[in-house]
Amino acid sequence: MATQLATHIVTFQLNGRPHAVTVAPLTTLRTALREDLHLHATKAGCGQGGCGSCTVLLDNELVLSCLVPVTLVDGRSVTTLEGIGGPGRLHPLQEAFHDHFAAQCGYCTAGMIMAAKWLLDRNPNPTRAEIQMALAGNLCRCTGYVPIIEAIEDAARRMSKGVKR
Amino acid sequence: MSVMRGRGIASANYPTGMNLGGDPTQALVFCQPTGTFSVKLASTDLGQGLKTVIGQIAAEALGVPLESVVVDTGDTDSAPHDMGTFASRATHRAGNAVIMAATEAKKVLLEVAAEEMEAAPEDLEVRDGQVSVKGTPQRTMSVFDIALAAHFKQGRTISGRGIYLKPKSAIDPETGACDPDSTEAHVTTVADVEVDTETGEVTVLRLASAYEVGRQVNPQMVQGQITGGAVMGMAHTLMESVFPYYPALDHHPGNFGEYVIPTAVDLPELHHVVLEYPSSNGPYGVKGVGEMTANSPIPAIVNAIHDAVGVFVTELPVTPEKVLRALRAKEQL
Repeated sequence: MATQLATHIVTFQLNGRPHAVTVAPLTTLRTALREDLHLHATKAGCGQGGCGSCTVLLDNELVLSCLVPVTLVDGRSVTTLEGIGGPGRLHPLQEAFHDHFAAQCGYCTAGMIMAAKWLLDRNPNPTRAEIQMALAGNLCRCTGYVPIIEAIEDAARRMSKGVKR
Repeated sequence: MSVMRGRGIASANYPTGMNLGGDPTQALVFCQPTGTFSVKLASTDLGQGLKTVIGQIAAEALGVPLESVVVDTGDTDSAPHDMGTFASRATHRAGNAVIMAATEAKKVLLEVAAEEMEAAPEDLEVRDGQVSVKGTPQRTMSVFDIALAAHFKQGRTISGRGIYLKPKSAIDPETGACDPDSTEAHVTTVADVEVDTETGEVTVLRLASAYEVGRQVNPQMVQGQITGGAVMGMAHTLMESVFPYYPALDHHPGNFGEYVIPTAVDLPELHHVVLEYPSSNGPYGVKGVGEMTANSPIPAIVNAIHDAVGVFVTELPVTPEKVLRALRAKEQL
């Protein structure tokens, strides 16, 4: 008789609302987000914590969701790109990324915006060097990073002028 | 032991398209009842912006706003044939095919409009989604209304077929001459570097390039290709290797921790200017500006290293180990 894998019920706040998933042990937060909750903004890149494309906020701190067992987020708060803005209600960062053509293939974009959100939440007026350091864990193969950095500088200016977040 | 500075220059002529056994791309354009035009292509958008520039080209050729064009790409089962999205050929080949298809569709659009407006098709023009009688701008009809008339009253399809083929060029057995590409774009890059003669480490301080890319359909996307290519070229020069001890397979990278590419903190100062000398055979004078952008930085940086410390490292990537070995070999001469 086949051994039945134990399952866990995990409840957490996701983008401001309570959610529950029933998962096998060691299911990653990234897999739960994409495959159980069908939120596909968070990308599955290397699966080893090397590329940053799965970056989300856990209790307002940056984490690589491919390295976080979802059981560890029980009772905690997760924010994904879907939680900070979307069509018709773009976050200033998303508007600036759009205006500066800061995406080419788009695979890094969600992680880049989450890293930028983390930075601007703590430092609303960062220097260029501070922006570069904040993005150091997020790889981009297409853009050469320059339009991404310029978009974040522009978003910081827009947000400091009181554009509604 | 010290940090030495050097400057290097390199130029490239880069071909658009390939010889192959002939190099074609096809396109279909058709009008929906809403007056929206669908463009069907097998070519694909892999981030370079093909959907955007094809949308712009189709809108220009049809005389409708960009918002009235839907570009459907990437399904080779259902789309007309394309040789592939490579060789910096997609905007050139697909763009030409789309202009041809849009021109045929526009001809039908004007024939339908002519019947509705009781005018000769050759007296009509399309601009911003409105068909009007030349010289009598008060006599207009929207593309939407013409599309409705075609679908539900006249029973016509407003559609067009397009293909662009670069025929195969045979090699002249006497001279070896051949015409393998459609057009060529050009670039010269100047690299400024620092070389640490103690560690062998190379730092690229600045990459400045002058490009000639034909007509730019979308200058912001051309800039995106150039900036991304400059950083990728720097990375090819200094960092990236699939098999660092080829033909031995030792130490080949298996993940992003081992296959190192630049991060946002590794950027040199980047400058570029773009010149436009339209090609004779590209859509609106386009040339390809994709792959070329990662080319010229490589020899420019290698030349700059030579200028700084007097050694040519001609095997990529130029790692600190190779620089130190080359410096030692030079001392022992």
